[in-house]
Amino acid sequence: MSVLVFIDHSAGQIKKSSLEALCYGAALAASTGTTAEGILLGTVSQDLSELGCYGIGKIHQVASDTLNNLDARVFSTVLAEAVRSTGANIIVFSNNLSGKAIAPRLSARLKAGLVSGAIDLPQVANGFTVRKTVFSGKAFANVSIHTEIKIITLNQNAFPLTAGQGTAQVIPLDIKAAAPDVKTVSATQSSGQVPLTEAEIVVSGGRGLKGPENWGMVEELARVLGAATACSRPVADAHWRPHNEHVGQTGIAIAPNLYIAIGISGAIQHLAGVNRSKVIVVINQDPEAPFFKAADYGIVGDAFVVVPKIIEAVKQLKGVA
Amino acid sequence: MKILVCISKTPDTTAKIAFKDNNTKFVAEGVQWIINPYDEWYALVRAIELKEKDPATILHLVCVGLPDADPVIRKALALGGDEAIRVNADSQDSYYIAAQIAAVAREGNYDLIFTGKETIDYNGASIGGMVSELLDLPFISLATKFELAGSLATVTREIEGGEQTEQVGLPLVVSCQKGMAEQRIPNMKGIMGARSRPLKVVEPVTADTLTSVVSFELPPAKAGVKLVSADNPAELVRLLHEEAKVF
Ligand SMILES: Cc1cc2nc3c(=O)[nH]c(=O)nc-3n(C[C@H](O)[C@H](O)[C@H](O)COP(=O)(O)OP(=O)(O)OC[C@H]3O[C@@H](n4cnc5c(N)ncnc54)[C@H](O)[C@@H]3O)c2cc1C
Ligand SMILES: Nc1ncnc2c1ncn2[C@@H]1O[C@H](COP(=O)(O)O)[C@@H](O)[C@H]1O
Repeated sequence: MSVLVFIDHSAGQIKKSSLEALCYGAALAASTGTTAEGILLGTVSQDLSELGCYGIGKIHQVASDTLNNLDARVFSTVLAEAVRSTGANIIVFSNNLSGKAIAPRLSARLKAGLVSGAIDLPQVANGFTVRKTVFSGKAFANVSIHTEIKIITLNQNAFPLTAGQGTAQVIPLDIKAAAPDVKTVSATQSSGQVPLTEAEIVVSGGRGLKGPENWGMVEELARVLGAATACSRPVADAHWRPHNEHVGQTGIAIAPNLYIAIGISGAIQHLAGVNRSKVIVVINQDPEAPFFKAADYGIVGDAFVVVPKIIEAVKQLKGVA
Repeated sequence: MKILVCISKTPDTTAKIAFKDNNTKFVAEGVQWIINPYDEWYALVRAIELKEKDPATILHLVCVGLPDADPVIRKALALGGDEAIRVNADSQDSYYIAAQIAAVAREGNYDLIFTGKETIDYNGASIGGMVSELLDLPFISLATKFELAGSLATVTREIEGGEQTEQVGLPLVVSCQKGMAEQRIPNMKGIMGARSRPLKVVEPVTADTLTSVVSFELPPAKAGVKLVSADNPAELVRLLHEEAKVF
C-alpha cells in the first residue's frame, strides 16, 4: 500500500504541476498512514533525490530515452507495470495535458476508478471520496471511488507547493517500453512566456481593447508582473490573439492566484474558465458589466487610461523599468 | 473509411446550476440541453469535413443516454452523419460510458474515433483515453488540428505553452478541442435530412461502475467587489500587494 505520484517533465525539466502533485501525494500518504513515492518515465537534468524535499521517500525511474516523449499507449502500459511492481494503491497525476492523456488509459487498464480534476485531499473516514470541480467550475462534486486501486488527477494550482528537507532514494525500474505509436514531427513553444495553465498571475484582454494593435499594454503589464496573457473567445475568434490564449468554457480553464480582466464583459461562458482564480480584478468602463459581480477588486474606467497607470505603479513597487 | 464521433448531451452554457434531494441531483427542470460544445464544434464538424473530402467515408455518431438524449442526437445528425447509435443507459461513471462506446466501436470496426475534449458538465476529460485503452488503440488527446493522408494521420495537439505535431497510423482515438474546425449552423436541408437518417437504439453491455457522485456543492458566494477609483490605479496595486498579497 502506497501512493505513487507520476512526475511529468518536458525538455529535461520537471513541471511545476507535478511538484504540486508530489506535495499532494505526500499529504495524502501522511493522512492515510502510508508512504508516497514518485515515478518518472524518461530522463531529466535535475538530481531526482532532491525531490525528497516534497516529502517523497522513493523515486522510481524508468530511464529510457524513448520515454522522453509522451505516447499515451506506451506510458499507460509502463505505468501499469510500475503500479504492480511497487504495490501502489493510489496513483496521483497532475490534471495537466499529460495527466489527461495517460490517467484515463491507466484507469481503464487497471480497472481503477478515476477522479479527474481533484481540488482537495480525499475524505477517507467513510469510504474514499474526492472533491472535484464540475459544471466548468460552477460547482463541486464529491465523488466516491469504489475500486481497490484509485487514481486521482489534481487540478493545477489547487494544492500548495511547499518544500521542506529530505532526500529521496532513486530506484531504477527495469520495464521494457514498447515502440511508440506516435512520431513527433515538430513542436513549437512560445519561448520566454509563462505557460497559461502554470501561471500564478494571468492578464487577460477582451473585445473592449478594440483591436490586436492595442495588446502592447496587456503584454507589458504581464511582463512586469511575470504573468501569462489570455483573452476572451471573440478575441481569439477574430485572430487578434492566438487561440491557445482563449480561456473559458470552450477554451482553457485556469485557476491562477490573480486574474486581471481588461475590457471583458464577464459572460457566463467566460467566467466558467476563470472562476476558480483566487483573486479576480476587473477593469471595465461599464459599471454594469457582469464581471464585477464575480470580482474581488475592480476599477470602473477606460482601460487605455487605467492600465498604463497600473503598469507604472507596479514598476515603482517592484523597482523595475 | 469509417468514423465514429462520440456525442454527449450537456446543459446549455448559460443554464442555472442548482441541486436538489439533499444536493445529490442536478435540477434539470427548465434546463435547455445542447450537444456538448467540444463534441459539436470540433469533433463532429471535423469529421463532417473529412467526409466531405472523401464522400465514401461512413460517419456514425454514438451517444450513451436515455431517450431524452434523442433531440440532441437529431440536432447532431442535422449537422451531418449517416447514422446515430444511442446506447440506452444513463451513467455518471466514465468507465461505464467508455465501456459502452468501446462495445459499439468493436461492433462497427471504425478507423477513427473522435471525442470532445471534455463534457462541460462533468469535466472528466477521460472517456477518449479510456475508450482507446479498452480498444488497445493509440490515443491523441487535446488535438487542435487533424489531417489524413491514406491511413496516416497528422495531428497537432496542445502542449504546455505550445503545440506539437505528431504522425500516427489509423485506427486511432482522438479527443478534439478548439482549432480542429469552425462551428457550423445546421441548414434546412440538414435538418430535414436528419429525420430520415437512422437513430438506432441498442441496449448496454454489462460493465462495472468504478465511481459514483455522492453529493454536489455550490461554491461559496464572493464577498463582493472592492472598487478603486479610476483616478488612483496605484491604490489597486497597493491593495493587491498588501491586502490580497498576490505579488
Ligand atoms: C456555447 C458558448 C460558449 C462560449 N465559450 C466562451 C469561452 O470559452 N470564453 C469566452 O470568453 N467566451 C465564450 N463565449 C462567448 C461569450 O458568451 C461572450 O460573448 C464573450 O465572452 C464576450 O467577450 P468579451 O467580454 O471580450 O466582449 P464583450 O462582451 O463585447 O465585452 C467587451 C467589454 O469591454 C468593455 N469595454 C469597452 N471599451 C472599454 C474600454 N475602453 N475600457 C474598459 N472596458 C471597455 C465593455 O464595457 C464590455 O464589457 C461562448 C459563447 C457560447 C454561446
Ligand atoms: N454519454 C456519452 N455518450 C457518448 N459520448 C460521450 C458521453 N459522455 C462523454 N462522451 C464523449 O467523451 C468526451 C469526454 O467526456 P468526459 O470524459 O466525460 O469529459 C465528450 O466530449 C464526448 O465526446
